[in-house]
Amino acid sequence: MERKTKVIAEEGKQEMIITREFDLPVELLFKAYEEPALVEEWMSNPYTTMKLLKYECKKHGSYQYESSDSQGNVVFRANGAVHDFIPGKKIIRTFEMENTPFGVQMEVYEFEKLTEGTSKLSMHVIYESVAQRDQILKLPFAQGISMAHDRIQEILSKVK
Amino acid sequence: MNLRRDVFQAIADPTRRTILLLVAAQSMTAGAIAANFDTARPTVSKHLQILMECELLVQEQNGREIYYHLNPNKMKEIAEFIEPFRKMWDDRFNKLETIMKKYKSK
Repeated sequence: MERKTKVIAEEGKQEMIITREFDLPVELLFKAYEEPALVEEWMSNPYTTMKLLKYECKKHGSYQYESSDSQGNVVFRANGAVHDFIPGKKIIRTFEMENTPFGVQMEVYEFEKLTEGTSKLSMHVIYESVAQRDQILKLPFAQGISMAHDRIQEILSKVK
Repeated sequence: MNLRRDVFQAIADPTRRTILLLVAAQSMTAGAIAANFDTARPTVSKHLQILMECELLVQEQNGREIYYHLNPNKMKEIAEFIEPFRKMWDDRFNKLETIMKKYKSK
């Protein structure tokens, strides 16, 4: 499959850029970030359910969500403050996983119209330090392991 | 923990990245590598030592000379480092696209 999502994380820098081109008009792409029910839907997967506890899409608003595993146990909570929210164009916010040593990151989302039916999202993420960024980049490895673990449990519970 | 043994710390340095590029083309002696830089020979030796410590370079004795060559497995590890993270976002965005395409046709 074509690699539509690109991650640029240069060595020794405390930032990361994630870009993705969508086969969607920019208005629809933005809506996926604006509507709470849609955010919960696309941020969830068969192993993790994402639930928004608070979601204020406005300048100086804030948000909080929790992720639960397939058994309904809360895996983690995250929250942040919205610095700016420009409909159809830009979101600037902070993000922090609660009760973890990963610190706070600042996220700048830019939504761009390419053609009538296509658009591009650029996420610029700035971390507190290089070490912190690299630690977060390594996280999905651990997630992958826990996902495999969940999957094993799922299969085992059917066998019983 | 010895920070210098961290692979990503090792490749953060431009001189060390150049060394990796040089030996990627062909195995080289420390002298031949140092000849490519204006910096003092001990400085280059220090860089080689760091690259050896994090297993990016491997030494090979050939007669009286010691040649340095690249450890491709370790280099592969670096390339794969970001992949699970990219995959996670790719999966999310694929889902977003599918959901919004259905939303559009509603």
